[in-house]
Amino acid sequence: EDHFTNGCEGADNSEIRFKLCQDLWHKIRADTEVLQDELNRKILDSLLDFTRKCSSTRQHSDWASQMRASEIPTAALVLGVNVPDHDMTFQSLSELLQQSVTPHVASVQAKECGALKHLMKRVLERLMDTVVTVDDEEEEETEQTSTQLHKSVHCSLSTLCDWYNAKTMKSKTGTPGKKRSSPVRDDPQQPPVVIIFKDLEAFNPKVLQDFILICSRYVERLPLMFIFGIATSPSTIQHMLPHSVSSLLCIELFQSLSCTQHLATVIDKLILTPQFPFKLNGKVMQVLMSIFLYHDFSVRNFIKGVQLALLEHFHSQPLSVLCCKKKEALLNVMQLSHHDLESIRHLLSFRRYVEKQEPQEQLNLFRDDTHLKEVCQKLIKDLRKYHKNYYPVLRCLHTLTSSLPRYPLGKQVRELHLICLEKNVWENEDYQTAMKLLKMLAKDELIASLQRCVEILQPVKSKKMKKALVELEELLAKFKQLDINSSWANITLAPRSHLSPPESQTLNEVCYYSSSATVRRHLNATPRTSIQAALSSPYYYLQNESLKTEDGTVSNAAPDICIAYKLHLECGRLINLYDWLEAYATVVSAAEGNNPDSDNVRKVEEVKHARFIQAVSELEFLGFIKSTKQKTDHVARLTWGGC
Amino acid sequence: MTHFTHIKMCDLHIYSYPSIFIYGHRASGKSHVMHVLLKELELPHATVSCVECVSVALLFEQVLLSFFGCDAASLLPRSPSLSDFVRIYRQQCSQSPAKQTRYIVMEKAELLRDTDANLLPALLRLQELVEDNVTIILLSEIVWDKFRPNTGCFEPLLLHFPDYSKGELQQILSQDRHPSYTAEFYSSYINILLGVFYSVCRDLRELRHLAALNFSKFCEPLAEGKVKETDTHKLWRNIEPHLKKAMQTVYLREVSSLQWEQMQQMEEKESGALRGLSAHTHVELPYYSKFLLIAAYLASYNPARTDKRFFLKVDRFNFTPKNLLNHLLGPKPFPLDRLLAIFYSVVDNRVAPTASIFSQISSLVTLQLLTQVSHDDQLDAPKYKCAVSMDFICAISRTVNFDIVKYLYDFL
Repeated sequence: EDHFTNGCEGADNSEIRFKLCQDLWHKIRADTEVLQDELNRKILDSLLDFTRKCSSTRQHSDWASQMRASEIPTAALVLGVNVPDHDMTFQSLSELLQQSVTPHVASVQAKECGALKHLMKRVLERLMDTVVTVDDEEEEETEQTSTQLHKSVHCSLSTLCDWYNAKTMKSKTGTPGKKRSSPVRDDPQQPPVVIIFKDLEAFNPKVLQDFILICSRYVERLPLMFIFGIATSPSTIQHMLPHSVSSLLCIELFQSLSCTQHLATVIDKLILTPQFPFKLNGKVMQVLMSIFLYHDFSVRNFIKGVQLALLEHFHSQPLSVLCCKKKEALLNVMQLSHHDLESIRHLLSFRRYVEKQEPQEQLNLFRDDTHLKEVCQKLIKDLRKYHKNYYPVLRCLHTLTSSLPRYPLGKQVRELHLICLEKNVWENEDYQTAMKLLKMLAKDELIASLQRCVEILQPVKSKKMKKALVELEELLAKFKQLDINSSWANITLAPRSHLSPPESQTLNEVCYYSSSATVRRHLNATPRTSIQAALSSPYYYLQNESLKTEDGTVSNAAPDICIAYKLHLECGRLINLYDWLEAYATVVSAAEGNNPDSDNVRKVEEVKHARFIQAVSELEFLGFIKSTKQKTDHVARLTWGGC
Repeated sequence: MTHFTHIKMCDLHIYSYPSIFIYGHRASGKSHVMHVLLKELELPHATVSCVECVSVALLFEQVLLSFFGCDAASLLPRSPSLSDFVRIYRQQCSQSPAKQTRYIVMEKAELLRDTDANLLPALLRLQELVEDNVTIILLSEIVWDKFRPNTGCFEPLLLHFPDYSKGELQQILSQDRHPSYTAEFYSSYINILLGVFYSVCRDLRELRHLAALNFSKFCEPLAEGKVKETDTHKLWRNIEPHLKKAMQTVYLREVSSLQWEQMQQMEEKESGALRGLSAHTHVELPYYSKFLLIAAYLASYNPARTDKRFFLKVDRFNFTPKNLLNHLLGPKPFPLDRLLAIFYSVVDNRVAPTASIFSQISSLVTLQLLTQVSHDDQLDAPKYKCAVSMDFICAISRTVNFDIVKYLYDFL
């Protein structure tokens, strides 16, 4: 909170804003979590069924399943390449498994299992909840920090077997009989032991093969089960495991929802709804979408981006205090300070609004604070109404256009949304073609999509929509009577009144976050560019007047590293260190005002030499050059291009 | 099994041969024979699987455990050496001297080659080291010649387990018959099964697996009362196409056994819907990742000197005769900056060199679509290789409207 208040624009209402921001974020997060749970439910349920079925078939003793008993049941869960999202899926998967199927679930990641013994160790640790010793490990790792209960045990699956038998015996008989017993065949309550490999691709194939071989030796005594998390395609299993190993598995495939569908649902529920007062403008939306589509496919990162935008909005926009529920907003309007009202008067959209008013009204708006507050209340109500109407109409338009050939207005609602955010959609060329195509559509198709529009509009409560709905129903009736031509105007008019871009709405700045550059800078960082900017124009970061230059050249007074960088840009792939030093010394001594012709130029001072070496090693550290063995006294450039 | 008579012939006072090496293909009965023999004759023995022994300590522990009980095993220090093992063994063995030869059976002995260099030679003459009547039996699928260390070692007694012949397979497979059918019926089924599969697979385990999976189908006409048990010809007509299909799917593990069973329960016409594992090769990737992968593929299969020709907008002349197709040689490593250079010229619009571009490269590595050739620790100028197939990259480039064949040196 302190961070938020500090350096925040308009500090007086920062606390309210912080609270609003937090509430909103909590709500968004809760909603997305519910949403994602729902989306994952189907696949998780089928996985749970699979585990249940596997554990139950084990206990069947008919001939066929006995013949098959040596196979380890394996679920190959194909999750897509959006790796950052997987964690949550696996988290809820293992929770669900623990709740409903078996208490014995261990999930492992590739990076913690470099060698077979580490994999073993992790699996055993997670299943048995004890400290496991791997013999030639360092002392501190196996140090017995925990209580005596956690007896350190040897790292082998037979230990696990004993433990498992003890555990199931105990739960069955109720006595802590920890004896070495042969497996209890007739025990109906044998929960399977599930091992989840979160990222199959990253595992060392050799380790995995050995582990599976070992496990298959124990599968008769221990009801093991694997879940492979696969990011690419199921054929990786065949690439990783030879036939002799994969024949030990009984693999079943589970395909999760694709991430684009996932995102579409999230956008649908999160962005395209009047429920949340906070909105993103077209550019920010574009940035977030392009990060998703071009870079990572990660829904989690998308939501993180929304979070960032939310925080930034409340942080930088003092009027964001009005960005909340209707009642609160109206209340907050009354509590606005004079300063805030001034900033409202400076808003672009408000000025546009004022210009349209009568001169007397204009004067009032500028002079009278209480009058302004009343107007603001009205405007906020208008904005809310606009949102209420916007989304249903957007969806209607989408249903009408999404079935058109070649998708002039995009396949997804979000594309249409972006178009609408940018400018008046009816001025768009694609919109015209879409309308033309719509006129050519077969009658029954048109009626079907109009029917769907009616369904969308039905639950909407606002007055205008009610009216539109009635009109639409009339239209539908007319269509059914083959009377097409007369009613075209209606369809095309509906979007005009409701789909105008939000920028045209007064006070849109309250709800819309528009700084796409900030989002881009924060989410899609360009470290290389900023380093280069720092090196080639140090003034940008240091703000030192003496460093200011006109045409992109580096002044002589710039830091050593900048000079060295500048000089190195003039070289080819290999740089002669001595030449570089000479050039550097010339530049620096010129900066100190020495006469370049005097004696001490030839003999480079020790201090300068040291400074040069430091600059060069800093450049090496930043990855611009590296030492090379191709030529003595030379370094190799790692970047290309130059002046 | 007659090979083994000499083992039990061993006299109490004369030590048996210190080490025996048994080799034969997978599922030729090595472990089974050893196991049954040692069990039946009630000989003291320890069976260790070398895969399981992630460290030698586990190996030592298991041996001591099965010979002298857990007390002896607990005497082993943490991270024991071979001499620790020998010391404890001798100590224990003087307390309880052997009445009979003790046997240590090591399965999958080929893995011993990867352990410490002195372990295998020492085990081969363990008898001398511990001065006890102990015999090491190594079981392996690899011939002894591949084991022999450079420094030379004690030569064990070599035994070969030949593959089973068709008749033997028939006999063995007929053993595990279904309890509710007669032995003749089952053996005729096995006969048919072998007729189909013997030409492609002689692995007993696989055959047994297949036999179990397809038996219910075989019995189907019987259950419906269409055919009598003795009418082998009709039964054969019924099962043969089915087995052929099994050869393409289950045998290759395209379809798991569970799914196969479900498929059998379904109607014939529907079963085509189930696709095998390798049918799912489509991978959805972010836009720039696709281009990065394309660039990596080009960098891997085009010689670096031809880059200029492809990516500078100049006329393409100066064809050098190519002597070898690069695609036959496999992917070549390329440095990161070459990848990026090609990437920027391949992508149509301007892309900022953002951190996420770089992180996409490393996530491609984790997805095993690229492989890092240089060591992980080497931060400057890392080298990569492209690890995807021609078909895969063609499919990817089709989705982004990029004609990759035009840019490949081999197909010019």
